[in-house]
Amino acid sequence: MNVVVDRVSKSYGRGAEAREVLTETSLTVRSQEFVSIVGPSGCGKSTLLMMMAGLLRPTSGEIRLGDEPVTGPPAGLSVVFQDYSRSLFPWMSVRRNLTTALTASRLGKEEQRSRVEHALESVGLAGKGEMYPWQMSGGMQQRVAIARALVTEPTVMLMDEPFAAVDAQTRADLEDLVLRVRHEYDVTVAFVTHDIDESVYMADRIVVLAANPGRIAADLTVDLPRPRDQVETKLDARFAKLRSEVFRLVMRPDTPATT
Amino acid sequence: MTSRTTSRITGATMRPNRAAIALRRTASGVGNLWLLALVLVLWEIYGRVSGSLFVPPISRILQNFGDVWLGGPASHLFLSDLFWSEVTTSLSRFARGWGLAVVVGIGCGVVLGRSRVIAQMYGPVVRFFAAIPNTVLLPIAVQIFGVASNMNVFLIFLGSVWVVMINTADGVAGVDPMWLRSARSLRVPRWVLYLRVIVPAAAPQILAGLRVSLGIGLILMVISELYATTEGLGFQIVVAQSSFRYLDMWSAFVLIGLIGIVLNLAFGRIETRLLRWQRRSGLDAL
Repeated sequence: MNVVVDRVSKSYGRGAEAREVLTETSLTVRSQEFVSIVGPSGCGKSTLLMMMAGLLRPTSGEIRLGDEPVTGPPAGLSVVFQDYSRSLFPWMSVRRNLTTALTASRLGKEEQRSRVEHALESVGLAGKGEMYPWQMSGGMQQRVAIARALVTEPTVMLMDEPFAAVDAQTRADLEDLVLRVRHEYDVTVAFVTHDIDESVYMADRIVVLAANPGRIAADLTVDLPRPRDQVETKLDARFAKLRSEVFRLVMRPDTPATT
Repeated sequence: MTSRTTSRITGATMRPNRAAIALRRTASGVGNLWLLALVLVLWEIYGRVSGSLFVPPISRILQNFGDVWLGGPASHLFLSDLFWSEVTTSLSRFARGWGLAVVVGIGCGVVLGRSRVIAQMYGPVVRFFAAIPNTVLLPIAVQIFGVASNMNVFLIFLGSVWVVMINTADGVAGVDPMWLRSARSLRVPRWVLYLRVIVPAAAPQILAGLRVSLGIGLILMVISELYATTEGLGFQIVVAQSSFRYLDMWSAFVLIGLIGIVLNLAFGRIETRLLRWQRRSGLDAL
């Protein structure tokens, strides 16, 4: 299902003190696509994602999931937040965290159980359902958050800097995990990150935002072969070229393109 | 990586120290109890030396305690008939009053904590009642209910409900908005939001309120029985005192103290169990 961002602006505050964080932004994430959204801090990338999730209202413009305007968190859309310790519920076991995500979909007990088992297996946490988030490392907790997003079998998954808080090795593991489950669950992904390498490595398409006010600076197609590989893909000349292009757009937006 | 190595190191250095830790625990237990022991010894000496009727030596009080409250058959857990009739009377009043206070206090507290408007409307009323010394309500309760169990229940309820309500309201108002956002994005039904997210998230403060209210409830249980009733632990104290049976009076006093300790320990256990998740650091802290 397409996610359409149609001339969306977002301001915080009112009147003279209003600060526009995103201006007249339009963007379409097509069905099955993996789009990275990258940009300098303060460019409104998380704001954009939260509006797509129906958790923030645009000041003007419209967001649509398929043909339906998004006015609140829509069915069939899941979010993975940056801070797992504040998005998972630590008083619930892992299994309970996942079944809580299923309460809205009114499934039978048996169906719920098999969905939870499948989701845990997909993220490499089979048999860990009785653990509590506080008994787990950060990387494991973020796996739980991903499983919780997938257990509803969404058509769209939004990820807001999901790996910002984990160490580099875990991060690489989780990147590959997301690329794998994305196919397993046939899910459309919008992935906000501030990590330029990550934005290129993961995506089919990169949307680069510029700051003050937030707007789209570039929309780049990633023509790297899949499946991606942490070593091979990053050795590819096309990876290096895209990486420097995104870097230039994010870090030195005022210099003209050299190529 | 680092976290695993560290945990292995701490794990290895911890094990030989188990005995040392146990020893230290025992030592700190002794450390906590020596003052109590000293007080009891001084009490004993004073009681014997002064020969006072009003303050008998602790050994005689404990002996009386055994005679009055213990000595039942095994099927009654070696507790006397008097224990079963009086303690169950008192504790059932306490359970009804405090139980109602917990339900009403948490219920109203959640509403107050969620709605700024309602909190502004009813906040002053709550603070007013919370500020009134609870025992002042005693004559009013007797006026309304007469000398009946409902009076005691009502007083215990009215005395302990406010602190539960205020703590719940504060806890609910302070729930991390990220958890609420997370629940919203999961599109959970309203009852799940309240029962499985908001109340557990506010549990640390709710339980703090419950702990305070537990003490208040016990005090009011005894006070209301001292004042006007025909049975119960407080009543035993009054009757013994007014018929010059000071040993009985003191042993009822000891029993009330023990009940307080047991209830507090039980509450502490439950609290620790419910709030395990607060050790949020988990493996990251190793």
